[in-house]
Amino acid sequence: MTIADIALFPPRASTTASQVDMLFLFLLTVCGAVTLLVAVLLVYFAIRYRRRSGEVGNPPKTDASDALEWFWTLTPLLFFAGMFIWGAKVYFGAYRPPDDAATIYVVGKQWMWKFQHPEGQREIDSLHVPLGRPIRLLMTSEDVIHSLFIPDFRIHMDLLPGRYTSVWFKPTRVGMYRLFCSQYCGTNHAGMTGVVVVMEPADYQKWLHESAEGSMALQGRKVFLKYRCISCHSGDAGGRAPTLGGLFGNIVVLNDGRTVKADEYYIRESIVYPSAKIVAGYENIMPTYQGQVSEEEIFQLIAYLQSLKPGETPSRVESFPPPTTTPPINTKDR
Amino acid sequence: MNEQTPAQPMALLNEPATNYLDASYSVVSWLFTTDHKRIAILYLIPVTLMFFIGGLAISLDRLNLMTPDGMLVDADTYNKLFTIHGVIMVFFFLVPVIPTVLGNFFLPLMIGAKDLAFPRINLLSWYLYMIGAAWTSAAVLAGGVDTGWTFYTPYSSMSSHYNVVLTMMGVVIAGFSSLLTGLNFIVTVHWLRAPGMNWFRLPIFVWTMYATSFIFLLAVPVLAMSLILVILERILQIGIFDPALGGDPLLFQHLFWFYSHPAVYIMILPGMGVVSEVIPCFARKQLYGYKFVAFSSFGIACLGFFVWAHHMFVAGISLYAALIFSSLSFMVAVPSAIKVFNWTATLYKSSITFEAPMLFALGFVALFTFGGMAGLFLATLGVDMHVHDTYFVIAHFHFIMVGGMVLGYMAGLHYWWPKMTGRLYSDWWSRITAMVIFIGFFLTFLPQFVLGYNGMPRRYHMYAPEFQVWNVMSTAGASILGVGYVLPLVYLLGSLRYGKPAGRNPWHATGLEWQTPSPPPTENFEESPVVVRAPYQYHLEKAQNEP
Ligand SMILES: [Cu+2]
Ligand SMILES: [Cu+2]
Repeated sequence: MTIADIALFPPRASTTASQVDMLFLFLLTVCGAVTLLVAVLLVYFAIRYRRRSGEVGNPPKTDASDALEWFWTLTPLLFFAGMFIWGAKVYFGAYRPPDDAATIYVVGKQWMWKFQHPEGQREIDSLHVPLGRPIRLLMTSEDVIHSLFIPDFRIHMDLLPGRYTSVWFKPTRVGMYRLFCSQYCGTNHAGMTGVVVVMEPADYQKWLHESAEGSMALQGRKVFLKYRCISCHSGDAGGRAPTLGGLFGNIVVLNDGRTVKADEYYIRESIVYPSAKIVAGYENIMPTYQGQVSEEEIFQLIAYLQSLKPGETPSRVESFPPPTTTPPINTKDR
Repeated sequence: MNEQTPAQPMALLNEPATNYLDASYSVVSWLFTTDHKRIAILYLIPVTLMFFIGGLAISLDRLNLMTPDGMLVDADTYNKLFTIHGVIMVFFFLVPVIPTVLGNFFLPLMIGAKDLAFPRINLLSWYLYMIGAAWTSAAVLAGGVDTGWTFYTPYSSMSSHYNVVLTMMGVVIAGFSSLLTGLNFIVTVHWLRAPGMNWFRLPIFVWTMYATSFIFLLAVPVLAMSLILVILERILQIGIFDPALGGDPLLFQHLFWFYSHPAVYIMILPGMGVVSEVIPCFARKQLYGYKFVAFSSFGIACLGFFVWAHHMFVAGISLYAALIFSSLSFMVAVPSAIKVFNWTATLYKSSITFEAPMLFALGFVALFTFGGMAGLFLATLGVDMHVHDTYFVIAHFHFIMVGGMVLGYMAGLHYWWPKMTGRLYSDWWSRITAMVIFIGFFLTFLPQFVLGYNGMPRRYHMYAPEFQVWNVMSTAGASILGVGYVLPLVYLLGSLRYGKPAGRNPWHATGLEWQTPSPPPTENFEESPVVVRAPYQYHLEKAQNEP
């Protein structure tokens, strides 16, 4: 690691960072050697075979050697195979989170970053994370495509409107690290930056408890009631829609016989495009909530569903606060 | 090969009275010409103009980056300037320049033809190019556009407030101009080769033009289609790319790069062709591995169609798709490596002189190799996920597009200028210029690799202060590069007035184009040439200093 430290490298603050740098150094060595070889040959030939004054006529022809041609056609492939395999390993590592990763929810919009922690903390343009804990970012965009880029972690992932993407990291150093949007997203693209604060786990716990809003699941419950999801997805037997308790992470059987895992992607799709997958035994009657429920609210709903154990769905008769505004506020401000 | 001896100075007096330039002086005779050489000159002027407009735009941005908060222009202006730079340089300079200027002029001459197969379609191509250029320029004048040359949706289709539709229409029109040129070249190579000019006697430049033409035919329609879909979504709000309307946010990137990756090879293959002509000539040596060089052009053209998603490794495509596109991207590097090794091997036991075309060509090989190596980093998934959309990428493709393509074009322009105009330009100034461009280039783009690895994203009009030192270096280099670009304007234009007559074959080169007077007569050859041997047989030719 020390060679890299004195070189022109950014700090390494995640487990991925060292992997990427090692790979980079390998490429630098191989490609550097070949480039140097070509450069030295060019310069050497240029000097050695320069036309001298008094030289008459053209040099005789050199017959090309097929063996040499095949040699330099095939040898690069060997090196390429090495680069490819190593590169693929690092890449797969960066996009497949370990099972114990904690999820933080990210929404990008022109031109800010919004983060929600499951514990309820919400922040804009800054992201607090504990040291040594794998963190998975589940991300989406409210408008155009953005890209989350933390150079010191060597990670990068686009945020797409209407879709979830994810990437993970494990911070290895306490400190503040820059966060950029690297996918051009309009006028103030260069201003769409933020900071990642890596804290000691104890400090992080303290920071988390500065929140007064309640956990994301609790907020999700409010959203659940606000949109009156409960009028169909109630805990009562024989309801018009599936009960949601214990749903998250399980396999759902659809009415065409297919099965699907009830993960974040499935839940988002079921809210925004309800008719895409119909649960076996139910009618296609749910209206779409696209454009009504915000991306942050969907994340909260997901957190809520994750927290719901079997049999915990509220029953319809449970009282919920009367609507304060009608119709529901559209928080999209496009 | 035409058995005429290379021209002696006295032979000038015997040149035919009317070359293609002197055939007529009226404006109408130029605007309605079907002579491929005149059309090449017609292209040369606007293409050069476009180059300087595109260059000026980015100079302002580069200057802006001298300080972290952007010392010159506001965010919107900055974004518009780099968009102008990208759109103009890619679609109106790099893609058309070698095919339409050097290809138009020399493809028929090099295969011993009187003209292209469809001279009128050739003229139509020029008009399409001009309409496209005017259209896009109008968009710029009408307030500009800020999407970047990549036009990513849904930003371009839903969010941008500027002249997206107008700009795109210009690009589509110019695209069809290239498509027709490609068609013309393919038919010409098939039909109009001189007696004895079989496929393996074709100069490599012709091979690369031929391969490039196929890319034009296959890729341009996809570009046109995708831009038209954006226009439809923008105007009619049909959901194609924007998920809010039910569209797919990644579809555009797939379509766009399906054109724009092969377009990279549209831009670089012709440069490779030029270099394959120039190096043997100034090394007085047959091109090493002719067949490998010829076929590698086709290897590049074919494989180039199957690597587009390497621009999307962090865009949310499946990890397994990324594997496939990464491996194919490595494959496409092989034919390029073959070419580099063969050019280098050509120099072995040669006899090299260092006139400007050769200096540019050697610069091409060096910078192309460097840029190609950087490409391997980007093809490697684990590195790309860090440097994607940073200045590392910018530096990589400028090494290929500017270090490679622009130097290749300069090599070609300097090599064939005496043939096109009949005049020799200043030897000293041209050599100096080659050196200035090479050095200026390195200083501009080398720091950008460091910037990129350290995490400076592209398209930032302001940046974190730790990036400043590298930005200042880059801007300083760019000012040297700028001087290098202006110099040829002076001495090349000056040569028209003050240059010595070039004679038929000032470089004592072997190609058919050197057997005819400079500038060539309208019908190209005084008598139809017959080809009796393969190209680049310099060991059978006389050298410059031989009587
Ligand atoms: Cu952004
Ligand atoms: Cu590409």
